[in-house]
Order: sequence, then C-alpha cells, then structure tokens
Amino acid sequence: MSERKDLIQEIVSIDAGALLGTVQDLKTAGYRLGQACATPVGDDIEVLYSFEKDFALHNVKLSVGATAPELQSITAIYPYAFIYENEMHDLFGITFKNLSLDYGGKFFKVAKSTPWNPKFGGGEN
Amino acid sequence: MAKRTIIPFGPQHPVLPEPIHLDLVIEDEKVVEAIPSIGFIHRGLEKLVEKNEWPEMVYVIERVCGICSFGHGWGYCKTIEGNLEVEVPPRAEYLRTIWHELGRIHSHLLWLGLLADGFGFESLFMHSWRLRETVLDIFEETTGGRVIFSVCKVGGVRKDVPDEKLREIAGILNGMRAELSELTDVFLDDLSVKNRLVGVGVLSKQEAFDLGAVGPTARGSGLNNDVRLDGHGAYPDLDFAPCLEEDGDCYARCKVRVREIFQSIDLIEQCVAKIPAGDIAVEIKGKHPAGEFVGRMEQPRGEAFYYSKGSGQKFLERIRVRTPTNANIPALVQTLQGCDLADVPMLVLTIDPCISCTER
Repeated sequence: MSERKDLIQEIVSIDAGALLGTVQDLKTAGYRLGQACATPVGDDIEVLYSFEKDFALHNVKLSVGATAPELQSITAIYPYAFIYENEMHDLFGITFKNLSLDYGGKFFKVAKSTPWNPKFGGGEN
Repeated sequence: MAKRTIIPFGPQHPVLPEPIHLDLVIEDEKVVEAIPSIGFIHRGLEKLVEKNEWPEMVYVIERVCGICSFGHGWGYCKTIEGNLEVEVPPRAEYLRTIWHELGRIHSHLLWLGLLADGFGFESLFMHSWRLRETVLDIFEETTGGRVIFSVCKVGGVRKDVPDEKLREIAGILNGMRAELSELTDVFLDDLSVKNRLVGVGVLSKQEAFDLGAVGPTARGSGLNNDVRLDGHGAYPDLDFAPCLEEDGDCYARCKVRVREIFQSIDLIEQCVAKIPAGDIAVEIKGKHPAGEFVGRMEQPRGEAFYYSKGSGQKFLERIRVRTPTNANIPALVQTLQGCDLADVPMLVLTIDPCISCTER
C-alpha cells in the first residue's frame, strides 16, 4: 500500500498582510493553486487557499472582518485565481485589490447580493 | 488592423447542453480574445449545509452533477471521514472504486456522443449513447438508480454487491470491448473527425500547468495530475498509470478519454479479482465533525476539491466543492485565442464542460 497522501492535511494560518509573500514563495517552490474559498466564522470571514505539489496539499488560511472585507488579489501570481476571487466577491462581499479580471459583481447572477456574508448578506441585488 | 467584432457565444447554443457565455472578439474569422461568463443557474447547494445535518448532506452533494454523482457523493464522504478520522472497510473502498470507474466510462461515452453531435456525426452520437446504456443498466442492477444512486454514505456504502454479480459485471464490460473499439476507432481514425480535432486548440504542458488545468484537459497536454495516485480508495492496490498524451490539441484530449474508458474497464476487472470479503460500512454514532479537512477526487472531468469545516455540531459550518470545469475555464479561454471561429464549438466541447457542476 502506497502512502496515503490524501490524508496529509497541512493547514497554515497567516496574517492577511503576509498573503502575497506566502503565495509567491509557494509559486516559486512549484506549487499549483488548487482552489480558494471563504467560510463565515462568527463576525469574520475565513479564506482558505489550497496548493498542490506531487499529489500532496498545502493549505493557507487567513481571516478578515466581515464588515468591509478586503484582501490583495493573488492574480498577479496565479492569473487563474480570478475565478475564485470573483466568486468570493459575489457570494461573500470580499473586495480583492488589483484583481486582474474583475467582473464587478456580475460573475454570478444571484438574486440577493453577497448572500453568504454574515454581516450584510442577502440584500436585494 | 482588421475590424474587430464581438460575437456572443451562448448561453444558449446548439453544442451547449448547459448555459455558459463567451464574448468572442473576432478579427477576420479568428478569435483574438474570449471573455467567459458563468453563473446563470447558480444553485447555492453549498449553502444548504445550514439546513441539512451532515449525514444528509451526501444526498445534496451527489446532486451537484447528474453524470459524476457517485464521485461527488464519495468526495463528500471522504472529506467527512477525514474530518472524523474514520477508517472505511476495504470492501467498501473497492465497491466505491468500481462504481466510480463505471461512472468514468459512462461520462466519457456521454462526452464522445456530445462531441460527435457537435460535429454533426449523428450515428456516432447514437452508438456512443447506446453503449453508455449498458453502464446505466449495471448501475440500476447494483444500486437501484441510473443517475443518482445514494449508495455512498459516510463510513462506507449502503449496499453490497455479491461476488458472483461482480464477476458478471466484469464479463459484461469485457464483452463491450469489441464494440467500444469499433466505436472509438472512428473517433481516432476517421478522416472527417481528425480534420476537426487534430492541431486544433493546442494547449502546451507549461500552459496547462500555468493555467491550473485538470483532468483529461491537462493529461492531453502531458501534465500528470491524476488524483487517483494520491492513495485513496482501492487505487493503491491496482496496477495503472495515468493516460497521457503530448500534443495538447482537441484530438489528444479525445484520445485520453478514449484510453481512459478501456483503462476503467481494466481497473474494474482488477477490483473484481482482488475485492476482499468483509464489512461494507462502519457505524458512526455520537460524533460530529469538529475540525476541517480538504479532500480531492479524480472525477471524469478532472480534479475536484471537497472542503469541510465543522464545530462539533450536527450542522457543518462549511462545505465547499470546487469542480473540474471551474478549473478548466482559464485553459479554455487560452486555447480559444487565435482559433478559427468555426472551431470554437470543438474547443468548448473538448474541455468537457459541466456547467451543472460549476453552478453547484
């Protein structure tokens, strides 16, 4: 039986200010961005980025306040992150600075604006 | 500079069973830029985690897609089992692997039919879907369902399949090989088919990596990211290597899927020969997921992510599904640049887009 790489769970918490540096280091080390997603936790939103190399995952997690959530976009490092960042913008209301392909809130055609934001989600779109 | 025109492609289009929209910037019949737009039918299934207890969420998650529904159910169970640190009985892992590989055969045959329909070869479309019916019949006999089975549960599977029945299934699949070869030879050797696929929409290995491509889209460019190699299910006990092609064009992506149909039959035959006796599930009582876990599956269209986060309650805080089509959209946009307008349908089809998955 080979090693169960699917059971390896590296989840590292970082400050929002360290995001770009951490992601650049992972890109330099040959990691591929697998996914990014947000989770409402109390009055905050937790953002998780999953990176993959040699069939093992390395996850980076950070937290932002739900009232006016803002993060640096990682599209300058991983251009295809625009898919995940536009999704988090439309569903959670997170603003991504320097997002390379910004759909301006029209990526998902949702009936309610930012429906999954714990503070101000669910208003008319 | 020639005049530029923007042609809207979709969300309703003859080659699109589901809605995706592309704004194609055209110059002299060549696409110079493509801007994708999705989200027309976003269902918010992940949000239902707030209203369904975690054992029930498997029914929701397998409805993410009607083609790879079993794989989504398994992916959800896998992330919860990782969260709860539950070890699944080996027989259940083998049964899951068999159903999952049957799903791959069914999905790839469905895709071959859609591709044939896309370039107007209707008899080829009908033969692809006729062969697919055999797989759906096996699903119905072993699970009771043809599309949504609800046979996977956290801790194992709900139904056993007798060894005699498994050997019968392996025999049926082996008997399909001749007809499958006859069918797939047309896709790979027919001149009119090759004219539409060879050299069209080339994605290099480096581009596939840089754009985060997954599944047959990546493997058609020689990029090996087949998640079945990460050690889950019965795969560590099986002898196989990912199907890789180097050319990166529509033909290479088609060839990968054709090879994977036969590979899946091989894997099922190996599973039937090696499946151990024993329990098909472990009972989980009095425990709720309290941590977080990121799991992955190799769906027929490629890598899918399943993230779960719990707080020790019966309702999870979050379930997240990242589907393969989501990851392949940037690669599609890249390959569209520079292609002929007439080839756009082939390019869209050869990433095997599943918008239902993407709009989970």
